Amino acid sequence: MPPQIPASELTSQSPGAERTGTETSPPVPHFVIRARKGWQIVDWQEVVEYRDLLYFLVLRDVTVLYKQTVLGFAWAILTPFFSMIVFSVVFGRLAKVPSDGIPYPIFSYAALLPWTYFSQSLTRSTESLIQGTAIFTKVYFPRLFIPMVPVFSKLVDFAIAFLMLIAMMIYYRVVPSANVIFLPVLILLMVATASGLGMWLSALAIQYRDVKHAISFVVQILMYAAPVVWPVSLIPAQYRLWYGLYPMAGVIEGFRSALIGKNPMPWDLIGMGTISAAIILLTGALYFRRTERIFADVA
Amino acid sequence: MSNSAAITVEGLSKLYRIGAAEQRHETLVGALTSFLKSPLQNYRNLRKLSQFDDVAQEDGGRKTEDRPSPETPPSDIIWALKDVSFEVKHGEVLGLIGRNGAGKSTLLKILARITEPSSGQVVMHGRVGSLLEVGTGFHPDLTGRENVYLNGTILGMKKREIDRRFDEIVAFSGIEKFIDTPVKRYSSGMRVRLAFSVAAHLEPEILLVDEVLAVGDADFQRKCLGKMDEVAKQGRTVLFVSHNMEAILNLCPTSYLLSGGEIEYHGPSDQAVNLYLRAFSRTEHAGAANVLYEADGPLAADQLTKISRLEILDHDCRPKEITRTWDDLVVRIHYAAKQDFEHGSFIVDLFDYKQERLVVFDSGTRIPIRTGRHCVDCRIPRLPLAAGEYFLGAGLAVSNAQWLWREANLATFQVQGKDVFALGRPPESRRMIFAAEHSWQEPCLGNTKNDTSG
Repeated sequence: MPPQIPASELTSQSPGAERTGTETSPPVPHFVIRARKGWQIVDWQEVVEYRDLLYFLVLRDVTVLYKQTVLGFAWAILTPFFSMIVFSVVFGRLAKVPSDGIPYPIFSYAALLPWTYFSQSLTRSTESLIQGTAIFTKVYFPRLFIPMVPVFSKLVDFAIAFLMLIAMMIYYRVVPSANVIFLPVLILLMVATASGLGMWLSALAIQYRDVKHAISFVVQILMYAAPVVWPVSLIPAQYRLWYGLYPMAGVIEGFRSALIGKNPMPWDLIGMGTISAAIILLTGALYFRRTERIFADVA
Repeated sequence: MSNSAAITVEGLSKLYRIGAAEQRHETLVGALTSFLKSPLQNYRNLRKLSQFDDVAQEDGGRKTEDRPSPETPPSDIIWALKDVSFEVKHGEVLGLIGRNGAGKSTLLKILARITEPSSGQVVMHGRVGSLLEVGTGFHPDLTGRENVYLNGTILGMKKREIDRRFDEIVAFSGIEKFIDTPVKRYSSGMRVRLAFSVAAHLEPEILLVDEVLAVGDADFQRKCLGKMDEVAKQGRTVLFVSHNMEAILNLCPTSYLLSGGEIEYHGPSDQAVNLYLRAFSRTEHAGAANVLYEADGPLAADQLTKISRLEILDHDCRPKEITRTWDDLVVRIHYAAKQDFEHGSFIVDLFDYKQERLVVFDSGTRIPIRTGRHCVDCRIPRLPLAAGEYFLGAGLAVSNAQWLWREANLATFQVQGKDVFALGRPPESRRMIFAAEHSWQEPCLGNTKNDTSG
């Protein structure tokens, strides 16, 4: 019995060259399996090696989602669209929530677009490990793919729902500001936040199923905490920067600014959001990698 | 570590914590208090699933001397594997057998990187493909084509490889016509065929296979075995877990027998299979050679009857120590009973090494079961079994109604060879099970004439 080995799993004994050999001389993978101690961040080499699988898992998620439905991908539009109608009536008309002088439907839809993506990918990502038990207890592949698949596949819905926004912008004769070029940054921030939280919550949920039950109302709370139905201008100035630590605040206000162009780009919120999203993503990946060794045992 | 080793396993151990038993409460108050207290308790139980600090002093199942051992070893911990070491050479086809819970699947799961060992290490040389199930990741809503790609990449193939071998895979499965139909419209047989076909085209250097052959019909199983055999002959390293002893004997020259998380035996497969089957039967006694089974204790409180002894006698009721093909023999069943059963019956089963039942000797309602300790004889003239090892089961029943006592693996039973057919070699169970009495002759002339003319 060798003594406790201070080790990381799957140490590639001969680095680089062996694993990434050319087609003609197939590489001889050589690896060590042993108990892992401590923390470890993403093994990118492995991710590259399994990229085809990631592609097919995302493809499966996308194709399966609307199979045997009549409306198909129209659901990707209908979900935020009906929310918009409800919000416009309840908050816009009845409660008279201010909307920075923007027509309430487009004010809320511009927010619902990233929010619908965020809430759906987060919910599905949280449940992903529990639902994927049948697969990952039978075969090895980078476990990190499992919570990441919904985060990627929901981008398809996001893109479709975006078309609806364009239609609404034409209807309301809204011209996007020059800030629209920063949209990819906002989308990246949104994806990073969903990924980080998804890693955290899916890894927790596989051991503590409470998370699965809690996620639906947590998402509700997160929505009212985000400036979806109300504008960030309601937040008192001295708390604004702190509020920015919630990454979706910067994302949503940024979307409004980029697409509707009434307010300036909220770089303060986005900056704070980027910091906290980076922390969430990093710690999420670390926590996931640390706990993944026991997934198959506790599932 | 020699260069020819494909897998080197060193001191591998794996701890599992089985969940603590659920508490039961007699009173409403008790249930309520525990309901209020339970979240904390539940949290501790769940957290413990992944923490083994309380066994940290133990190392690979053996306590280290200089450290104080924990006052009470935790009862809910199981060593699924205990300090297992072995080496598999390149091109070796190895069987892994053992009873349920012996650690076979845990070992395979560690090698397949599904779960991590608690201590010890494994070094693998070569691309590993694991086949712990056919059709992992199959989605019913996707078409056959989509599932081939999905399942293939899950098993570790690249898209390009699947592209290249797609037609081959589909042809092997024999469902070309339905390849673009959602898999949920397939019959279960079609689904398994497609799934296996993907798996069969995996080309790893090391293949780990677990009980895959347990699914599907006999025809499919034969196909799987054929493919496995092919893989083995291509010089790949194969680790094969199965309860199908015939498959182990056919595919694997050598086997490991695992028991209680440890390696009990390593050597030729037929030896390992024999040991495995013998471990099933309860022959641990030092009685006379003709006594196959003996358990003389009193009846348990909930037992009405039991068999206490099984012995082999010859037809003159003398102890018979060696049984040969075509011998006349008597199986004497000693039993104990707390009450009479007028419609009682006695049953003796004979199994071969594949655990297949060959013969049932059933007394029907001819002999009642009587209170006290008695015995009955089952006379078997000219035992028609070829030389080999067999397994005896026995039971007591109320005829056609219920089992009173039953044990399917009671004893092993050796039949020695005897050249009953005068062929120069005795019939052996490797070639045949039954040595049925028969004779050969040329037909007499009169009969042939009648046959051809009429």
